[in-house]
Amino acid sequence: MNRPTRQLLSGDEAVALAARDAGVALGTGYPGTPSTEILETFDALGGRAQWAPNEKVALEVAIGVAFAGARAIATMKHVGLNVAADPLFTVAYTGVRGALIVVTADDPGMASSQNEQDNRHFAAAAGVPMLEPSDSQEAYDFTLSAIEISERWGVPVLLRLTTRVCHSKTIVQPRQSALEAPAPAFERNIKARVMIPAYARPAHRRLRAKLAEIAAWNQTSGPWRRIDGNPALGIITSGISFVHAREAAPEASVLKLGMTYPLPMETIRQFAAGIERPMVIEEGDPYLAEAIRAAGITVEAKPEMFRFGELDVARVRRILAGDTTPEAPPAPGTPPNLCQGCPHRIVFAALKELDCIVSGDIGCYSLGVLPPFEAMDTLVCMGAAIGVGLGLRHALPAADARRVVSVIGDSTFVHSGITGLVEMIYNPPATGHLLLILDNGTTAMTGLQEHPGTGRTLDHERTGKVVFEDLARTLGVQRVHVVDPTLNPAAFRDLVKECLDSGQLSVIVARRNCLLAAGKIKEYERCDGPAE
Amino acid sequence: MALPNKVTNIVVAGLGGQGVLTASDIIAGVAFARGLDVKKSEVHGMSQRGGSVASDVRFGGQVFSPMVPPGEADFLVLLDQDQLEPNRAALAPDGVLLHPGMLDPVTAANQRSRNVALAGMLSAWLDFGEREWIDAIRASLPARHHESNIQVFKAGRAAGQKIRNGGNS
Repeated sequence: MNRPTRQLLSGDEAVALAARDAGVALGTGYPGTPSTEILETFDALGGRAQWAPNEKVALEVAIGVAFAGARAIATMKHVGLNVAADPLFTVAYTGVRGALIVVTADDPGMASSQNEQDNRHFAAAAGVPMLEPSDSQEAYDFTLSAIEISERWGVPVLLRLTTRVCHSKTIVQPRQSALEAPAPAFERNIKARVMIPAYARPAHRRLRAKLAEIAAWNQTSGPWRRIDGNPALGIITSGISFVHAREAAPEASVLKLGMTYPLPMETIRQFAAGIERPMVIEEGDPYLAEAIRAAGITVEAKPEMFRFGELDVARVRRILAGDTTPEAPPAPGTPPNLCQGCPHRIVFAALKELDCIVSGDIGCYSLGVLPPFEAMDTLVCMGAAIGVGLGLRHALPAADARRVVSVIGDSTFVHSGITGLVEMIYNPPATGHLLLILDNGTTAMTGLQEHPGTGRTLDHERTGKVVFEDLARTLGVQRVHVVDPTLNPAAFRDLVKECLDSGQLSVIVARRNCLLAAGKIKEYERCDGPAE
Repeated sequence: MALPNKVTNIVVAGLGGQGVLTASDIIAGVAFARGLDVKKSEVHGMSQRGGSVASDVRFGGQVFSPMVPPGEADFLVLLDQDQLEPNRAALAPDGVLLHPGMLDPVTAANQRSRNVALAGMLSAWLDFGEREWIDAIRASLPARHHESNIQVFKAGRAAGQKIRNGGNS
């Protein structure tokens, strides 16, 4: 293999490069900051990468690939793993033949997310080994290790990244030889793959036995590193916190963990025993500190105020100094906004004018909550616009219920709005309901990715297309309208009002390409030739 | 830059769409090509919609954290004058502030290439040759933008050298 020996890569790019070098047969996922670039880079490097409708489907497809004996990687942001949790918990029982890597990209500090959940808990809850890289070199190395661990023990492996690891660029020296990929083949193993209770009970015991073996391996040859500095202070750490801690306390002893589930508890015990002040430095929840203390090892943990937000060198210095005085709030920057000329602007201006109660969702249009519109009343998770809107309609007095509108973007509708639409048909509120699908022809917020509603694949080739209005009509929605809101904003407003007043079930598809994507979409369509 | 292990800390700040990341890519690229340890960090996502964007570049013998600690930036490079307040705390007491007002009016007026102009200005303070910078620009931008950006870079560099020689830094 002829390639540069030294590259400046983001953590996401390093994972993609390792997946390519390991002959991963399929990468699948759903776009989500900060994970999106993994599959885009894997595709650009010649790997087979696909966007799935959502993370659950992505993981299920990846499981099938791994059952077939080939290597698979499923990528998602932290909240995406909530969606994919159902298959995750049970694939831990079934195990896999080819490697199955699940990438969770957590977002401590919520640079671009609705919560800052710490997905390390998923590893412990599901019984899935977890690796946590600190920089791009480790993102590369640990992806390869994850593949080896997954195939050696026949288990899925969680690769847990955080925003700073995903998006920081650091130097990577890739291996000069690739991992040889196994040839896919179907091997019948009904008792291992069919999780009826009778087969799942022994499968759970098999999983726990594998985890005990992996813990023993982590103890003796796992990817942990010990730096024997001054024994007065010993820092136990993992992930991005390691580099902050090294800078904040260059003299300290450090135990840097690579696999943080199952933990190498005896290694931790031995390290802590030789240290005057053993201290856990970790971002997010006190995951390590609680596990280590539960094993009967005395360690100091960070004060509660550092559970919130990202760590950095300055905050680690404060933790080490025991400084719990209030931190200065960050200086306010310029908030983001909907682009000038964005079609969503027309929609939110109309909803504001009509004094709607807006059950919102996740995407660029979430910015409708900010001034000048302030036209969004709820935002919970992907797809919640519809269910939450229906619940509001069920409970509110009729006069208020009639003001409720569910607003969802095109990609988000495909991700988890379709089941909400089914609920709307099945349990219609007495006052009817209006669902507005803002179809701007792309997954704009995460950087203009394709989705099943665009009818183009991850690399913009034509494929099957989900047509929202056809779907709504097929499901039995009484009023289905397709409009370009920018052509006549007043007429758009009147249409919304008419739907609300009708007391029926309505879907309006507000269709106008995103300004940032319009030129590219035109180009893709020109390359495709006329639609059949 | 005299001490091999001294880490140089640079924060580039502006608004989404102004080319903050391209500027920090060029700066990281020139240090990378020299063989130094380099880390570069920023947050993508919501910030792309016209909001504040800041990118940290650190290089030297060995760099640990990818984020410039508050008050330790040797250089704060603003692509937008209004972004001083949100980023002031990054700058070291003896750090250098570079902003569009320090460019000649013609170069400053060109919004699209301000990022490269200010990278050029910054270059006057850093220990890399013009050839190395031009290579980094070529590596970071599509070919059709090379020549125009190299010209803008040189204008920014000349303005920076003039300021340095004038003792304004």
